[in-house]
Amino acid sequence: MDETTHPTVTMEDVSFTWPAGERPVLDIAQFSIAQGERVFLRGPSGSGKTTLLSLIGAVLSPQSGKIVIDGVSLGTLRRGQRDQFRADRIGLVFQQFNLLPFLSVSDNIQLPCRFSKQRKQRACQSGLSLNEETDRLLQAMHLSPSEVRNQIANKLSVGQQQRVAVARALIGHPPLIIADEPTSALDSDTQQAFLDLLFREIESAGATLLFVSHDIALADKFDRIVDLRELNAAAINELSTGTHT
Amino acid sequence: MIGIAWKSLLNRWPTALLAVLAIAMSVTLILTVEKVRRDARSSFTQTVSGTDLIIGARSGSVQLLLYSVFRIGNATNNISWESVEDIKKRKAIDWVVPLSLGDSHAGFRVLGTSLDYFKHYTYSNRTALQLSEGVLFDDVFDAVLGSEVAAELGYGINDSIVVAHGTGKVALVEHDRQPFRVSGILKPTGTPVDRAIHISLEGIEAMHVDWQNGANKKGAGTDADTVRNMDLSPSAVTALLVGLKSRATVFREQRAINTYRAEPLLAILPGVALQELWSLVSVAEMALMIVSVCVVVAGLINLLSVLLAGLNERRREMAVLRSAGARPGHVFLLLCIESAVLTIFGIIAGLVLHYLFIGVGALFLQQRFGLAISLSLPSATDLKILITIAIAGLLAGSLPALQAYRNSLADGLSQRL
Repeated sequence: MDETTHPTVTMEDVSFTWPAGERPVLDIAQFSIAQGERVFLRGPSGSGKTTLLSLIGAVLSPQSGKIVIDGVSLGTLRRGQRDQFRADRIGLVFQQFNLLPFLSVSDNIQLPCRFSKQRKQRACQSGLSLNEETDRLLQAMHLSPSEVRNQIANKLSVGQQQRVAVARALIGHPPLIIADEPTSALDSDTQQAFLDLLFREIESAGATLLFVSHDIALADKFDRIVDLRELNAAAINELSTGTHT
Repeated sequence: MIGIAWKSLLNRWPTALLAVLAIAMSVTLILTVEKVRRDARSSFTQTVSGTDLIIGARSGSVQLLLYSVFRIGNATNNISWESVEDIKKRKAIDWVVPLSLGDSHAGFRVLGTSLDYFKHYTYSNRTALQLSEGVLFDDVFDAVLGSEVAAELGYGINDSIVVAHGTGKVALVEHDRQPFRVSGILKPTGTPVDRAIHISLEGIEAMHVDWQNGANKKGAGTDADTVRNMDLSPSAVTALLVGLKSRATVFREQRAINTYRAEPLLAILPGVALQELWSLVSVAEMALMIVSVCVVVAGLINLLSVLLAGLNERRREMAVLRSAGARPGHVFLLLCIESAVLTIFGIIAGLVLHYLFIGVGALFLQQRFGLAISLSLPSATDLKILITIAIAGLLAGSLPALQAYRNSLADGLSQRL
């Protein structure tokens, strides 16, 4: 893929203000994630976490500054291109409700391949069919493909659903995986197992991981821990006043 | 995308089903109204062909047409037999068929006429009446039944029937001293002929022999053979069907009869009178059509409300799609596909219901009014209506789709819970 020298995420002098807002909610002088790096971003509510993820996910555009993801400067993309860019290069896992409840597990996993030709091509790169790749990912997530494959997504337990969500984020090898509190719906035993699976697969895929959580107990296996309150110059003022999302 | 839309709809099948039903009902209604309107017209138009003039006592032309041919309503007066003889003598006139109405049997009209009726009366494309069994009436007390009379009352050849005075379903006074004998049964025609009992003009006179001032004379009454030997030439008839030697003379003959001095008579051209009838009926037709269109609109509004109401609950679903790489355009498309699927299923279900309705309703209309409604493929008009509904459904669906599009732009990837 990309030359190892390029970081997967680079942010320089990025500042973002909501259209109605007076002050910026996010102000980051410098932030980057190297390729293959696993970053734990600690962000309590109010620290601008959602805004940061939206910026990196190319949903929002900063008023000033430069964001480069996987070698592409987001500022050079038009809105439609940004959507396609996200579909092609970023895998997302949220806290919960990641799956379409009425689709089967395999349909859910293959969803990104419907919207991104690149993801589909890369999924089948190793010579596997899309279904075989799906089964492989299920297996890697310690789910039995034959049992789970055709199940309707909302018949699974929450832990299983989160693992399916990871499989979906990973299909087609996007270079960047963003996981937003993916473990907070899980109990602490399964949290650790979930993290192990996530790490192993991300490592074998050579992907970069941006993992967001407020639970510092999970942080010890990560390459780097970043506290958004330290990173975000705009958030410091708000720390005292508390909650703002 | 179609697969996702389909599974999403299945997931919400109760509301989806209701939306489909609402559209189906409106499609059924509008198609059925249109169909009945069209077939009623053609049924009416087909009932009388080959007759140049219809003559009756002076009244309205629509009224004359209705009671003489369609057996709807009653005559206000009769034509005296002298006038009939006079008209027969006119040079331009080819044939005259007398019609004498006013009696009934079990709710079916009794028509007194001559044998010329079977020779000259034609329906549809100049098709003459045909017997399915038996013979035409020969004796004073013979009767020829329309196919439905025979079928509904279960009569066969040589059965005897008693005719009642008046045309109501419940006979108050029956002409039971002179029963009639079924001599023949006609083939079905899809016209009011099927619902008539045909007897000779003499027969009509015969059953009124013992009849005075609307009541039976006292005593045993006259027996059939004595009646046969009496002078039974009719004194009056209700209406005449007239054929001309040349159609070119039709207006001259019409004027001559309308200005006939000995008796106030009215001659009408069946086609012209039908036109008059349509212009009367068209108001009601228009009202029905407007109601049907309103029902279609209501169905579409329902579709719209189902889709719009679903949007809020489905924000999460949209967010999942977006996070899996769907663009807002995909979300728009998804909603459009959903409304298209609902509309198309509604139309298909509506067509099926429509045919069921027609299948069942045709029987009723045929029995009750002698209207022939046939099962047929959708006409060009029907197709236009269906296409219009389909397009309107898509347009209605694009509103919630647009809303979803906006939502997904505003929501971004965040999951509002």
